[in-house]
Amino acid sequence: MNLTLHVWRQDGPKDKGRFNRYEAHDVSPDMSFLEMLDVLNESLVEGGEEPIAIDHDCREGICGTCGVVINGKPHGPWPGTATCQLHMREYSDGDQIWIEPWRAKAFPVIRDLVVDRTALDRIIEAGGYISVRTGSAPDANAIPVQKEAADLSMDAASCIGCGACIAVCPNASAMLFTSAKVAHLNLLPQGEPERFTRVLRMIEQMDEEGFGNCTNHGACQETCPKEITVDVIALLNRDYIHSVRAGTS
Amino acid sequence: MELQSKIPTGPIQEHWDKHRFEMKLVNPANKRKYDVIVVGTGLAGGAAAASLGELGYHVECFTYHDSARRAHSIAAQGGINAAKNYQNDGDSIWRLFYDTVKGGDFRARESNVYRLAQISVEIIDQCVAQGVPFAREYGGLLANRSFGGAQVSRTFYARGQTGQQLLIGVYQSLARQVAEGSVNLHTQHEMLDIIVVDGVARGIVTRDLVTGAIESHTADAVVLGTGGYSNVFYLSTNAMKCNTTAIWRAYRKGAAFANPCFTQIHPTCIPQHGDYQSKLTLMSESLRNDGRIWVPKKPSDDRPVDQIPEDERDYYLERMYPAFGNLVPRDLASRRAKDMCDQGLGVGHGGLGVYLDFADAIQRLGRDVVAERYGNLFDMYQRITDENPYQVPMRIYPAPHYTMGGTWVDYNLMSTLPGLHVIGEANFSDHGANRLGASALMQGLADGYFVLPYTIGDYLARSDLHAVPEDHPDVRGAEEEVRGRIQRLLNLDGSRTTDSIHKELGRVMWDGCGMARNASGLKEAIARIPELREEFWSNGRVVGSGDTYNQNLENAGRIVDFLELGELMCIDALVREESCGGHFREEHQTPEGEARRDDENFTHVTAWEYTGADSPPREHREALEFEYVPPSQRSYK
Repeated sequence: MNLTLHVWRQDGPKDKGRFNRYEAHDVSPDMSFLEMLDVLNESLVEGGEEPIAIDHDCREGICGTCGVVINGKPHGPWPGTATCQLHMREYSDGDQIWIEPWRAKAFPVIRDLVVDRTALDRIIEAGGYISVRTGSAPDANAIPVQKEAADLSMDAASCIGCGACIAVCPNASAMLFTSAKVAHLNLLPQGEPERFTRVLRMIEQMDEEGFGNCTNHGACQETCPKEITVDVIALLNRDYIHSVRAGTS
Repeated sequence: MELQSKIPTGPIQEHWDKHRFEMKLVNPANKRKYDVIVVGTGLAGGAAAASLGELGYHVECFTYHDSARRAHSIAAQGGINAAKNYQNDGDSIWRLFYDTVKGGDFRARESNVYRLAQISVEIIDQCVAQGVPFAREYGGLLANRSFGGAQVSRTFYARGQTGQQLLIGVYQSLARQVAEGSVNLHTQHEMLDIIVVDGVARGIVTRDLVTGAIESHTADAVVLGTGGYSNVFYLSTNAMKCNTTAIWRAYRKGAAFANPCFTQIHPTCIPQHGDYQSKLTLMSESLRNDGRIWVPKKPSDDRPVDQIPEDERDYYLERMYPAFGNLVPRDLASRRAKDMCDQGLGVGHGGLGVYLDFADAIQRLGRDVVAERYGNLFDMYQRITDENPYQVPMRIYPAPHYTMGGTWVDYNLMSTLPGLHVIGEANFSDHGANRLGASALMQGLADGYFVLPYTIGDYLARSDLHAVPEDHPDVRGAEEEVRGRIQRLLNLDGSRTTDSIHKELGRVMWDGCGMARNASGLKEAIARIPELREEFWSNGRVVGSGDTYNQNLENAGRIVDFLELGELMCIDALVREESCGGHFREEHQTPEGEARRDDENFTHVTAWEYTGADSPPREHREALEFEYVPPSQRSYK
């Protein structure tokens, strides 16, 4: 099939940016979306043009490096699927595809489709961990964990830190990302000692980074490639309210 | 160059304890005066950086990713081994040690492997305490599953995302140290060379991938946890950015490269479907617990699967290896799949595939249990192939996946370049000629959390190191070398994309130095690779500039090093006139087609010394001794 692509090109953070139009010929339905762009980029290099900058790595939907907005949807139209796992059989001959970077105040564009997501790392640095020194752990089976709790924790922990939840949110809120980490750790007995300070510090950092507030649109759970639900936001809110009431600092 | 393995003396069970006692310690108040550079934030590098930070060292940590959480350890699916014996099925440190030495086809150091088995137990404790949500049983205790090459259930797992969860544990520990100020993390920084001062590794040269700035960083010791080099084959299951540059540049600066030809071809990958493909996808080996591998008995049988009756199917692993069946080690499973396809029995695109069938498992366990165990893998398979594995068998084919070879290191994980320590997949140490499933995560974390943080202290305490001034001629020299290399790349204005040359290198490597090797094929590859290098430097094309975010330039730099490494791999494969583990020389096989080792002549590690761009590498040998697990013909029958 032949497709028309409109791809966001932006030389750097200060450049205004624009859509460039490209024709993609002989696209196989078996190709992944990124393979289609690989072929386009090869042809750009052959023509002496700089390829479209797009970050990606594992191509198995697990590293969280890739992520672009495709026809208005972060990671494109498939549910529970990162950009790298989207395949071209979704499209038909003659389709127009608009490809843009994540857009959020806290994610400045580095180049073309690549944005700076270090704000997410700083949220984790604020408290998204359990303070345990190497070597100081008790036997792994010393503390039994209810299977249900472990499973829910694993659901939340499956977050790949791609930032799609922020890109889709009308407020560019990082609530799903932050809540997923809070839920992962706060659901486990090992996370209990730092439960309340963790949630306060992470929320504080989230605000500082310029992410917006959550207004319960729920678009994040629809777009999350790991299908993390807004239930984790409720968990975060519960612990947050408790922390504020108890005067945790 | 002399290879001193520094293996402790005495009974193997006491080696590590004794060694830890004999190591010199750095006074707690003095630790902050030492700077350590750690390159890579995967399981090995990230764990080392975090642990060194906790101990009080000043750590400068580098990754070319935009976040420490992206390292390729994240893609490991199946699990991590540990000799906990929680299943009461007869496991022990000794058995894990034995299985690993045997699985590695008697080409690993016994003492290292024993230490690995010992430490495995602590790793699980550490990870659980960090909040790694391992699978659990209804009683709240940890669940296990079995894995290839073992007859006990010792593998801990977090659905099909074990690597991700372990890496997130590492990443969170690292984040904590970054917040504490003990680790200074540099994301988007790629290491392009080692700085050697007076014969000692004292720093690295990096390129800031966003601004293009070339920077020097000096320290008292350098640690590389930069992963493996499977992408030399172009098509592999490694992430797209995985490369050999860090360890290859170290090799060129004096760190011997050991057993480069020991590569692992993973049996359960999704077959290739087109020429445009740049990446293969792995399906966890854990699938072999419940999936049955088969091919039609009739060559070129193109009937739909459901029309091939049971008695016309060959479950060849179960037939040939009744004791281990579908759970034979990876090297055997891969080679047998290739044999079947070579005989024209393969299925799917180009006849390069075999079936991995879950029909029996679904009947026995029910769809829900199968979905719980493998649901995410089945979903991924369906997204890629558009086929539903609950209804039709998966098709799989072997693909390059892991490299057992790497920088030669002693028992302290230090290379032949003093001060340079290499950990995780980047070193050669623990897996011999074949790695067992669920052992890579174990080794990465063992090196990073529990071995290196001790041994580096001993190195620092024993060394007399003085600060290296920024304008030291060796620092400036390394920096200039990197600038020169980048300029040379930017000047390339030929007609071929560097990626097309990488692809061609990959084909040469796969044909000559892939799953089966022979002398004439290797010689052909050794003749061809310098021509490809010449083609690269005379006719390659790199676009864009050096002072911007330029992925074309980044990638070209990595290909330069693959083009040199590939040749060394073939040279190594050619001199190793035996078959062992993943290294299968067609000239050396039993009448049944099994690998034939030559213990008399090849019970050693081959470590290569760089002697210059135009002279052949010099071969060194570290003899291996097997005092506790006497070498035997590996049998999984």
